[in-house]
Amino acid sequence: MIDPTGLELVARAVRGAVGEGSVRETIHFRGQSTLDVRPDDVHEVIRFLHADADEPFDFLASLHGCDYFPKEPRLAVHYQLLSSERRERLGVRTRMTLEVAESGALPTVTDLFPTADFQEKEVFDFFGVRFAGHEDLRRLHMPEDYEGHPQRRDFPIGGEPVLYTYNEHEVPRWYE
Amino acid sequence: MSSPLSTPYREREESVTLERIEAPLAGTEVEPDAELFTVNMGPHHPATHGVLRLLCTLEGEVVRDVVPLIGYVHTGIEKSCEDQQYWKAITFVERMDYLAYYFNAYAFCGAVERLLGEEVPPRAQYLRVIHMELNRIASHLFWLGTSALDLGAISMLWWSLRDRDMILDLFEMSGGQRLHTRYFQVGGVIEDIPPGFERKTRDFTATMRTRINQYEALLDENQIFVERLRDVGIVSRERLKGLGVSGPLIRATGDPWDLRKAMPYCSYEHFDFRIPVGTVGDHYDRYRVRIAEMRESMRIVEQALDGLPEGPYVTNNRKVALPPRHELATSMEALIHHFKLVTEGFRVPPGEVYEAIESPRGELGCFVVADGSSKPARVHMRDPSFVNLQSLHDMAQGELIADLVASIAMLDPILGGIDR
Repeated sequence: MIDPTGLELVARAVRGAVGEGSVRETIHFRGQSTLDVRPDDVHEVIRFLHADADEPFDFLASLHGCDYFPKEPRLAVHYQLLSSERRERLGVRTRMTLEVAESGALPTVTDLFPTADFQEKEVFDFFGVRFAGHEDLRRLHMPEDYEGHPQRRDFPIGGEPVLYTYNEHEVPRWYE
Repeated sequence: MSSPLSTPYREREESVTLERIEAPLAGTEVEPDAELFTVNMGPHHPATHGVLRLLCTLEGEVVRDVVPLIGYVHTGIEKSCEDQQYWKAITFVERMDYLAYYFNAYAFCGAVERLLGEEVPPRAQYLRVIHMELNRIASHLFWLGTSALDLGAISMLWWSLRDRDMILDLFEMSGGQRLHTRYFQVGGVIEDIPPGFERKTRDFTATMRTRINQYEALLDENQIFVERLRDVGIVSRERLKGLGVSGPLIRATGDPWDLRKAMPYCSYEHFDFRIPVGTVGDHYDRYRVRIAEMRESMRIVEQALDGLPEGPYVTNNRKVALPPRHELATSMEALIHHFKLVTEGFRVPPGEVYEAIESPRGELGCFVVADGSSKPARVHMRDPSFVNLQSLHDMAQGELIADLVASIAMLDPILGGIDR
């Protein structure tokens, strides 16, 4: 596990390679380290950590979205990097507003890690984050004609009426 | 009644020839060699291990492309967890990967314990190890039965389910349920193991040792089984790593990556076990690695039973775990704690953690965000089946369609975990 000093060293290396403003914040919480980076720089930061850093991370363990509503900027995408050689994990987090997420400002990392394909689709499906450069961004779990992004915090639980024979007429456009 | 000889049966028989026919028969057209043919497989197909739908592009019998389409059992568990108190969400997350429920529960409880900074007593950790390893054997047994069934060895299904039932009996003994036991809770386990559990577990491991030998003798001596697995579905280790594949699939390529060894959790560092790896990376290695893992799991179970420490089975922190029943009659504080825990649940300080463990299928990560209330703000499971499914394309491409079924079997996807 990366200790707070090591995390600062990683952050300094990233700032030196990608840009001074790329890392907004370093978070060390319960023994886990996370870099908070700007959405525009995500691809560069992960490419640097994956390929060019002195201590590279070879495995993208997880990519997932999160909604911090009502805090702003509310949407976030988390990347869990793993170095199987040093047995270290490093989280990379990027937070953005709804407008930025839907405008497609966040670059895809599928060219660095093919595993991000399904997981970026899932984040798009559930949170509406458009990844720029993803070849086939479409809904994965929800039906393709579904409206809305259900994992957002302002999307109500139970917002989907359950169709039975007796109530199907009450649902708008039930016949489609 | 007409005699059989009066039908044109004999005449038709004479029209059959064993000689080679040069010209195609009238009405049939020879298809050009390069024509591609798209076939839908599933979602309701017995060999897809759940409601998995595959769009296969075929050239003759050779698979040129496979696109998995998922979402048929998406139930929104992650969303539902946001509306449940932490101790109630355990019940939800257990139902994701429905063959590895102890692992789901552990990933979630471990994440919440990390958020709380809660220590788990050593006895609880050992009890968790015992149950997780039994669960790993049960999961691999189910995989063995269904995979052999896909490959035509039907009787394996009943034999492996017979042994899995012995494990479910043990789960019923300790937790009261056979499936989805909700035995793990934040801070420890729900109840100590009953008298007789240890002896029955030792009986099971003793029986299972000989049974695994029998199964291996049955399958490894089977020419058809071996021929269908050997040198099929080879994908390079670098490609699998890029695809995020973990668990037995990556170990079959010779990479000894196992979180129990690499980043020990739940006192796995106390046990002596080995990591089986493959040498070729084909389906046969994937099969052998899982069989060898079952043996190692039994060693861990026996060591955990031998070294089971005395002490509490759940944390003494009354703000997190329910007080014992007998205290409720005598202690006012216990009653208040019980009431508050059941009605409101415990509050978790704000923060976010990612807790990863080694499930039977690979890295199972649980990402939990706490906002200071008694309900999680976000629960995400990084399910190994979901990530591993992306490698199906690489395994099946260029192979025969019959090998596609073998690829799905050796991938061991659990659709409840994929769709969540």
